[in-house]
Amino acid sequence: MHIPYTIEERPDSGLANGKLGIWLFLASEVMLFGALFSTYIILRTGATEWPHGELSVWLGAVNTVLLISSSVTMVLSWAALKVKDFAKSRLYLLATFVLAGIFLVNKYFEYSDHFRRGEGPWHSTFLAIYFTLTGLHGLHILGGMIVMAYFLGPGAGLWKREPEQFTNRIEYTGLYWHFVDLVWIFLFPVLYLL
Amino acid sequence: MADLHVTTPAGAHPTHAPGEHEVHHELGFWQKYVFSQDHKVIGIQYALTGLLFLLFGFGLMMVMRWQLAYPGKPIPLIGAWLGQDRAPMGIMLPEFYNQLGAMHGTIMVFLGVVPLAVGGFGNFVMPLQIGAPDMAFPKVNMMSYWVYFLGGVTMLASFFQRGGAAQSGWTSYPPLADIAPGQTMWLIGMIFLITSSLLGSLNFIVTIVQLRAKGLSYMRLPFFVWAQFVTAFLLLLAFPPLEAAGVLQLMDRLAGTSFFLPSGLVVSGKALPVAGQGNPLLWQHLFWFLAHPEVYVLILPAMGIVAEILANNTRKPLWGYKALVYSVTFLGFMSFIVWAHHMFMTGMGTTMSAFFQTTTMIISIPSVVILTAFLLSLWGASMRFNTPMLFALAFLPMFAIGGLTGLPLGLAPPDIHLHDTYYVIGHFHYVVAPGTIFALFAGVYYWFPKATGRKMNETLGVLHFIGSFICINLVFFPMFMEGLAGMNRRMYDGGAQYAHNAGVLHWNVLQGYASWGLGLFQIFFIINFFMSMKWGTAVDKNPWNATTLEWSAPSPPGHGNFLTEPIVYRGPYEYSVPGAVKDFTPQFEPEKA
Repeated sequence: MHIPYTIEERPDSGLANGKLGIWLFLASEVMLFGALFSTYIILRTGATEWPHGELSVWLGAVNTVLLISSSVTMVLSWAALKVKDFAKSRLYLLATFVLAGIFLVNKYFEYSDHFRRGEGPWHSTFLAIYFTLTGLHGLHILGGMIVMAYFLGPGAGLWKREPEQFTNRIEYTGLYWHFVDLVWIFLFPVLYLL
Repeated sequence: MADLHVTTPAGAHPTHAPGEHEVHHELGFWQKYVFSQDHKVIGIQYALTGLLFLLFGFGLMMVMRWQLAYPGKPIPLIGAWLGQDRAPMGIMLPEFYNQLGAMHGTIMVFLGVVPLAVGGFGNFVMPLQIGAPDMAFPKVNMMSYWVYFLGGVTMLASFFQRGGAAQSGWTSYPPLADIAPGQTMWLIGMIFLITSSLLGSLNFIVTIVQLRAKGLSYMRLPFFVWAQFVTAFLLLLAFPPLEAAGVLQLMDRLAGTSFFLPSGLVVSGKALPVAGQGNPLLWQHLFWFLAHPEVYVLILPAMGIVAEILANNTRKPLWGYKALVYSVTFLGFMSFIVWAHHMFMTGMGTTMSAFFQTTTMIISIPSVVILTAFLLSLWGASMRFNTPMLFALAFLPMFAIGGLTGLPLGLAPPDIHLHDTYYVIGHFHYVVAPGTIFALFAGVYYWFPKATGRKMNETLGVLHFIGSFICINLVFFPMFMEGLAGMNRRMYDGGAQYAHNAGVLHWNVLQGYASWGLGLFQIFFIINFFMSMKWGTAVDKNPWNATTLEWSAPSPPGHGNFLTEPIVYRGPYEYSVPGAVKDFTPQFEPEKA
């Protein structure tokens, strides 16, 4: 049995199945994070006092740069596949993976600093929403890294059999990765700066 | 068995779908029936699991009905087995009553009706109706079922943990839900179910957009497919906020945060040791942002099923197809901005109430358009009164009662009187039980021949229908009287301590017998279901003389569904076309040259 439009685009929608799928998935992710950002707004407007300067702006800024760079390397990895340069694509994908890894290491230092002072999510409403938002975002980073590791390792064989499908999959991974990046671009000012 | 029913139309010779030979190999038992990626097997898995959960959820209610009819009397038959912490000496504890209430709602909505309506019928029928070989992502489809299954197991297992299952109602309002036992398992179960519905809904939308057969434009889609399409968008976009809310409540319970806990909360005379500054209303907003669209997730697939069966058995085109499509789409959009009509009593303010009252009145318009179009479809028809048609016809007045009794609840002033009474329970059960569940039964009787190659027994079907129809009305209609008298929901003895209930409490006995009777009449269905699988009348491809694409596939369809690539030539409901030889002109029948 053959399912149509897994690789090629359907003429009237202009989309392959996977691309529509990933966009729909991202739409639901927007609703998920949208609900959490709304929670932030409601908690903050209802609070009598809201802490400022609790987080290291410096570390947050470094992480922002890391994620934006990783979005760039992600696109480059896909672009390299488009010109059939598999080795270069792997290199860029690995770079994306490493940048994501450094982001999580930074996050670990930030988290452990809070816990060392005994200020976990239970400490205040601000830290509660901070840990929930960044924790969920961190899980998304981790999920992206697992997907990248798959395409660097066992999933790479698809390139030989179905180069077009492999290229599409890297593109979809990229779309997801840009979304995760975008969420952080909202998180950074909301939690660190405002 | 499949080969028996394959008939070759004269003149045409069966060609195989492209690619069939390359991958044609026999799958083992596990891959074929358990971890199957075939949408039809997954649909049947969903449907059977959903039906079992409906039976279980109904069982919980039959036990609660005993307690309401005879408060404090030992439960017969099963009372002795319930254990000391649920029902010592067979007498139900209030905590256990609360568990049954919370789990009845959760199981019926999230584990029964939605999996049957969307996972079952959607999965089985929709790809066949659009002429697709399968869903767009078969592996994702399989995962969706197994994640749902895990969610179901989690919910069932929660009865056996210390402190029992969740007991804060299916709405799980904090602060109570933040501190009551059993809730953590409920939240974990819900996260499984939300993940499952995300995987499913995404798959549905991609399949409908991408895999429609040649010639099947959007305005030629059967109404059932439209209903599933809108439903999938509701599931995709409304469930994530509940997931967010579930994560926040889990954080409250496990990480000691106070998202939903206000400052200065005192429980049993002791101040709660939390940071406070949370907002319990936030949960209600996030919850109802899902749960109102969820109401339409429950009703839209039912409307889709009824539309198919009405058109088929009136032997007429569905009245106002375009109006139906526009209404169902508009309904989908509007369902995202009516949620706070569940919250008039929270003191959120008159401005908010005015807004949500207005949107609620607006959303009733497309519902009325849909129901009116169905009613007009009956005008002047020479109807076939078979079992699916009886259930579909009963849907119309039952849904009408449910819908009309909802109007007073959508307006803040009468809602002040009716809120949290049995009137509300009567209202939404008329929509969901004799409404949606009747439509689901209609669907089972209607598509059973497609799934098994055999028809269900008519006599048993009619008995099932008449008994269920009488009993279910005796259960739910008195609830309007009870509610108007002020009888509160969620009282484990029905509220005997309140004088204003004195005049209506006796209804509980009748409702009890009616609900047990309703249980007995389901035996006809169960027997019919299993007997017909083996001994039902064997049928050909198109036993109902229907027009939509699923009836061009063999009964049951093999892997890959169609023997030849389906091509669509016309709209979905071309019945009794003037000048035609037969009274139905299927979508798949080529124009005569």
